[in-house]
This record gives sequence, C-alpha cells and structure tokens, in this order.
Amino acid sequence: MKLSVWTYEGPPHVGAMRVATGMKGLHYVLHAPQGDTYADLLFTMIERRNHRPPVTYTTFQARDLGEDTAKLFKKSCQEAYDRFKPEALIVGASCTAELIQDDPGGMAETMGLPCPVIPLELPSYQRKENFGADETFFQIVRTLARPMERTAHISCNLIGATGLGFRHRDDITEITALLDEMGVRVNVCAPYGATPEDITRLGAAHFNVLMYPETGESACRWMERELDQPFTKIVPIGVGATRDFVREVAGLADVPATLDENRLRQPWYARSVDSTYFTDKRVFIFGDGTHVAAAARIARDEMGFEVVGLGCYNREMARPIRALAKEYGVEALITDDYLDVEARISELAPEMILGTQMERHIGKRLGIPCAVISAPVHVQDFPARYSPQMGLEGANVIFDTWVHPLVMGLEEHLLHMFREDFEFHDDAGASHHGHAAKARPVEPAEEPAEPVMAEVTAAPADQGAEIIWLSDAEKELRKIPFFVRGKARRNTETFAAERGLREIDIDTLYDAKAHYAR
Amino acid sequence: MTHHSAPPPAIGCRNTPILKQRGQHEVFCGLTGIIWLHRKMQDAFFLVVGSRTCAHLLQSAAGVMIFAEPRFGTVILEETDLAGLADAQEELAREVDRLLARRTDIRQLFLVGSCPSEVIKLDLARAAEKLSARHAPSVRVMYYSGSGIETTFTEGEDACLAAMVPELPETDKRQLLMVGALPDVVEDQALSLLEKLGVEDVAVLPARYADSGVSVGPNTVFALTQPFLGGTHAALERRGARHIPAPFPFGEEGTTAWLQAVAREFGVDTARFDAVTAAPRARSIQAMSKAKQVLSGKKVFFFPDSQLEIPLARFLVRECGMEAVEVGAPFIHKALVGPDLDLLPEGPVIAEGQDVDKQLDRCRAVQPDLTVCGLGLANPLEAEGLSTKWAIELVFTPVHFYEQAGDLAGLFSRPLRRKSLLQLDAAE
Repeated sequence: MKLSVWTYEGPPHVGAMRVATGMKGLHYVLHAPQGDTYADLLFTMIERRNHRPPVTYTTFQARDLGEDTAKLFKKSCQEAYDRFKPEALIVGASCTAELIQDDPGGMAETMGLPCPVIPLELPSYQRKENFGADETFFQIVRTLARPMERTAHISCNLIGATGLGFRHRDDITEITALLDEMGVRVNVCAPYGATPEDITRLGAAHFNVLMYPETGESACRWMERELDQPFTKIVPIGVGATRDFVREVAGLADVPATLDENRLRQPWYARSVDSTYFTDKRVFIFGDGTHVAAAARIARDEMGFEVVGLGCYNREMARPIRALAKEYGVEALITDDYLDVEARISELAPEMILGTQMERHIGKRLGIPCAVISAPVHVQDFPARYSPQMGLEGANVIFDTWVHPLVMGLEEHLLHMFREDFEFHDDAGASHHGHAAKARPVEPAEEPAEPVMAEVTAAPADQGAEIIWLSDAEKELRKIPFFVRGKARRNTETFAAERGLREIDIDTLYDAKAHYAR
Repeated sequence: MTHHSAPPPAIGCRNTPILKQRGQHEVFCGLTGIIWLHRKMQDAFFLVVGSRTCAHLLQSAAGVMIFAEPRFGTVILEETDLAGLADAQEELAREVDRLLARRTDIRQLFLVGSCPSEVIKLDLARAAEKLSARHAPSVRVMYYSGSGIETTFTEGEDACLAAMVPELPETDKRQLLMVGALPDVVEDQALSLLEKLGVEDVAVLPARYADSGVSVGPNTVFALTQPFLGGTHAALERRGARHIPAPFPFGEEGTTAWLQAVAREFGVDTARFDAVTAAPRARSIQAMSKAKQVLSGKKVFFFPDSQLEIPLARFLVRECGMEAVEVGAPFIHKALVGPDLDLLPEGPVIAEGQDVDKQLDRCRAVQPDLTVCGLGLANPLEAEGLSTKWAIELVFTPVHFYEQAGDLAGLFSRPLRRKSLLQLDAAE
C-alpha cells in the first residue's frame, strides 16, 4: 500500500480510453463497476470533446457479483456492437474487474462478432496510464497492420498522438506541415484521428515519425521489426531539436533537409537585449520524460537558463532521464509522489519551475513562477488558439509560455530599486498578471529578537551543524526581491557552511554575494 | 404579508409506475462525496483504500483538479496486497500512523472502502476498530464504503453519516437533529430560522468539528435536508430517533413546507410561523421571478445523478412553471421523497436506475428545452443542440432554503439565457 494524494497518471484503462477516444470507428467495451464512467468527463470537460468517448462500461454492482458478471459483460458487448457498429472492438477490464477474473478478452473472442476483437491485458495494480495507451495502441497495430506495398510518393506515419494529449492536436498540424515542406506525405496519423481501417494501411508508409514515445514506442518498435519501417528518435520540440529532426527525416526519406525558418522568431527573441534577464535563471524541470528532455535542452541552449534539477514521473523513462541529468550535472528525480517533487523544489529554491499542473500548484504555494510543459492535462492545456509545442511555431509558443510567468526585465530592476514601495513590492507579483494590487503589510517596528534557525538542507553533511541567521542579516535578506531571495538564502548558507561559520551576519551575506557573483 | 402556497395537485407522482432499466450507469461512485465532506468536517481526513482509479477519480471529479490542501488521500493497493503477501491490516496501520503523525490536526479519520477493497473483502471495519483503539482518544477512526458497486454518488455521504450515527453519544433530551451536509452559510441561515421559530435544541449532522457534542436518542426528532440519506435515516431510527417527513427545502414552497413540518412537531403557532417566514418567503419569490420568466413553459429532462432530481423537479414544475418530461433518479426512497412526489403533478416519466443509451434515445426523442445531466453527457448533448445543466453543480452550490431560491432557479435559467444571448451562427 502506498499513500497518494495526487497522481500524475491515471490507471492503465484510462490510457486505453485515450487511444479509443483519439480514434474513430473503434469502440471500447470496458468491464468496470459503476462509477468508472467518471473518466468520460476527462474527455468531455477537460478536452471539451463534443461527443461521448466510444466506451461502453458494463457497470456491475455488488448484487451482480453473486450472480453472473460474465453474462453481463457479454450482453454489454453485444449491445455495444449492435448500437455502434464499430470497425473494431477493444475489450478489457478496469482495476476492479481485473480482480473478479471474468476474462473479457476471451469471452468477447468467442462471441463471433463480425469485426476484429482486440483483447487488452492491462495490469492495473502495476502499471499506469501511459503504459495503458502504449500497450493498447501496440495491440491494435499488431492485430490490424500488415506488410504491404509502399506508397509511390515518399510518406510516413505520425505515431503516438492520443485523445487528452498535451497539445497533440496542434503538434500534428505543425509536423504535417513541416514534413509537407520537405516533400514527405503523411500516410496515416494514429491513434489520433485514425480508423481501424487506417491502421491496416500503416504498412504503406516508408517510415514512422514517433511523436510521443510515451504512447507510441511499442507500436513503432513492432512496425520496425514486422513492417520494416525505421522510426525517428528525435522529438522536434525546440529550435535545435526541430533542426535535428529535419536532418533525421531527410536521412530516412532521402530528401534534402529543408526547413523554412521564416516564421521562427524564438532565436531572435532569445538574443534580443530584453531577454538578458533570463541569463542563468535557475530552473527546475519536471514532467513526462519526453517533454522534460526537450525542455532541458531549450532551457539551457535556447533560453540561457541554468537547469538546477530535473526529473520525470513515468518510470518507463527513468533511464534516459537519469542519463540526461548526469549530462546537466544534476541529480534526476524519478517519482510519481508529488510530495517528493515539492520537497525537491523547496530544497533547490529555483527561480522558475517548468512542470505540470501539479508543479504549477507547488509553485503557487512556494511563490515560484511556473510554466506548464507536460501532461497531466488541465482544461487550460486545450487552448482555443493554435498552440503547438513541436516544430518552429512550437518554439515560438514555448518562448511566450515560459516568459509569461516571469517578472520582466525592467520591472525586475524596478523591484530591486524600490522594493520598499508600498504597492510596487515583491509580494505584489508581476504587473502583467492582472490581479488586484496587494498593499505591503506594515512590518512590526521591532524585529523579533530571536535569531532564526537556518534550514541547513544545502549544507554538506559533515558540516551539517545549525547555522543561525542574525536578525540584521535576516532583515537584509528580506529586502532582496522574492524571486531571488531563495537563491540568496541558499547560497549564503552554503557559503557559511563551507567556511564552518555558525552565524550569518550582514557581512556573510554580502561576502557570499560577492563569492557567487558572475 | 402571508403568501399561500398553491394547493397540491389532484394526482401526484407517488403512485406513478416507476420505469426501471438496467444498463450502463453514467454516474459517479460514492467516493465523490469526499470532495465536499472533507471541506465540511474541518478536522476529518478521508482515507480511501483503493486503486489508482480511485485516486484519479477524486482529483478529476469536479472537472478540474482541486488543489486546496487536501484532507483526503488514497492508499493505493499494490500487487503484493492483492496476492496476500503483505498483511493488509499492518500495512494500513503503518500508513495511518504516518498520516496522523504528519497531520496532528486530524480528529476523525474515515477509512473509505472502494470497489477493489470490497471485492477482495478487506475488513476495513475491523481495521477502523483497531486503529481507533490505537489512536484514542485523540482520533476516532470510522469506516464506510464509497465503492461504486454499493454506492452511487451522493450515497457516499449517506454511508459516511450512517457510519457516524452508531458512534454518537446517547441522550434523552428533546431535540431536533438537522441531517445533511450543507454549506456553512446555508446551515447558519437554517439554524437562525429555527431559532426564530423557537425550536431551541438543534444539532447538525455532520458537525463541523468532531467535538461538537452531537448526540441522539429516543426523544430526538430529525429532519433531512438532503434526499439521499436513506441509510442515515434508517441508522437514526435504529437509535430511536423519529423522522419528520417533509418536502425538501428547495425554493419558497419546499422551504416553507419543510419548516412547517418542523414547526408542527414543535408546536409553533401559525402567527409566529408567519411572522418569521413572511419576509424571507416574499424575498425568495421575488428572487426567483426573473428566472421564472425564462423557465416557465419549458420542458425539463433529468438524467439520474444525485437523488436530488425529484425534489428539484417539484421545485421547477411548481415554482418555476416548467414541465417535467422525465425525472430519472439513481434510487427512489419513497419514505424520503414521498412528500415531493405528492406535490409533483402526474405526467413525467419517473425512472429509477439507468440504461444510458436508451435514456439518451428518449431524451433526443422529446427534445427537452433543458436537460439536467452529468459532466460526461453535458457537452455531447450541447453539441447536439440541447441545453444542459450540469447536475454536479447542484450538489456543490448553496441551493437550499429561502435565500438561495433565486440562485437555484438561476442555475437552471442560465443555460437557456446563454443560448439566447449567443449569436454565434449569425450570418456576416
């Protein structure tokens, strides 16, 4: 048993639903108790879909358990086929149905339904949502796709986009256009928008573009083996990655590596003097492995940030993310416990978080700005406007998205200069965020005489004695604007600990400042 | 000024044959009640013993993630727990110890059973007993099931309150127990009305804090503020308390009838009753008038959701001039909603349970002006051109008693007003 307050991923059958809902002409019969239909609202409310997910739930209740849940499953399966007439059915069990061991897959196969029936084995007590999506799509491909003659014109499949995906809708548009500019056609995009009939045509493409390894890698590996289709390894998020991706595609398709950078603004925006204030901004990155890896590269190489920590919640990506962390000289955090993430963030005191909706809330609590780079998704992650993450427009979008939560250049200086101002002060936040101005609370005339114990999390273990902030130094520290205060505190404590100092006074604070100046 | 309510209809819906269908239920399970119960009881923690699905449900149930410091969590069963390799009681005790060490403000801990814990027959009742002994007196540990195989949506609150009843101290005093979780502001309004009527000893279940001293006994009479409390009703009767049947306090008519039932029980005279209620009654009628203009003559269709459907249909038909074409409820406890059924004029289909695809067929066939349904159905029906009201908002919004009558009517009129406001398909 493990206590969980918030989860980054849903159960695996929700991953299967993401595949089914992304596709057309496919129906999912899910052996599940009453209540599991809550998952419908993820699609109808968060993603604002205008149709119900193509899922029939058997909805068994306690009284059915004593009778015949298997019969109930067969009845639901038959009625779902009769009503929806899908081109193919996927069948499986949710966590509770897994326990009663009715074998929905086996039952459905014996029913003689006039369409392909694809059984799913998704171990609910071991795996999670991304696995569920990846495995479901793999099973569909394995059942329906066959080797066939290649298209006359060079073409590829776009693999991995699902319902409820983080910006999948717009990434598909962006990458389709980018490939089109190179003279490469899209044969099938799947699961998003594909029918089971389309899946049977996957083999006609010359290669696969793996857009989202989390949800499409197993299928790509199978197609590489069985259909002789190589797949791309680079995920085109960021300027550098997009350019690399174009070269990779050019190699696979044997076409020139053409990329029209006319509408790319990110590099100039990053070089322009207004962006000087990004320099060495300390960022912490957390999300799914793919988006974290992409964000780390953008943060360091394309924004000039300093990556002070990174990690992912999907264990399937633990190995590449650990390797990546090593390259960035930081320790990877692989966890799906958001309390661990919160602890790491407060320990590192970054100036900005690039994370998920969970980290956005952690940031709110800790007073650290956060930009969202990855699922789990929120209704805000489905904007009405075109807003891809991939390709050149994706790079532009990411620049804007990351800059938005920050206090901008000159404003940052003004806050430094006039930090005692009663309305234009730290706690008021960035002026472009449009909340009501908060007046600075009146400080007590006399500071508490008690010195403050430092949190010595930053100190090396062998010198881990308590370090005391003298009240003058503490007061001085408070004059430093909020977005650098955490860093100043941490640096000063590390500085003091390294020198074996027990107390921090104003001189220690400024000695440390000079020491860390760059 | 005294208003007199319209007379009851010649034939109500109490004896209307109930349409019962069995199929896919598009409803939440009882765990969802935790979303409001954990805010209502400020020193309680709800620990679901379940699967990742349960945890995912709790954070998704309101349509968006709720990130207020949560007083609920899920202990997720893992492979070792299912295989019997780990001693579930020990594992649970360890997680509870850790939780209580971190949250010293917790006075009541509810172990909440889920579908998986019920199917593998984890004895959470025994676990609660043992843990209660271990953490007494600072924390009381109780158990109820919010599993989907046993409970539908609001039945989770019913199961929770029913679990609290046997724990309440015994009393002989003559008192009124007001039962059902209400928003604090509404609860305060109700208590103030009861006080003005001269009903002195009033307690509320659930209380905001564990040490509120709520007790029960043979001289207790109780009035329900929510129609889904069938189990709690039975548990209170087992403790010797007596139910005051009444329509539920929605709108002017419902609130007046509810208060009248209590007033009769406590011998409040008519003059005093009129003096206390006249002003808020007039106010509530005035507050509803705008929405009533929008709603009057329109057809409403209820999908089953919270068991509030019958009282709300009574409200919409009798007080807002709507026509109910189908009133679906997950369960119909006639002992509780009988008085509302009496007031609801014959005509609508009364349905219990659900086969969602068949019900959608009926809904499309009658093309109601307003469809009250869950979040999974609302946008798809809107896309088909039907106006909808999310049923869950009726559970999350203050809607009871006089001062909320206008807001309640407004919840139903807003989708219709919005439809007439938006000019999205107009030609350039």
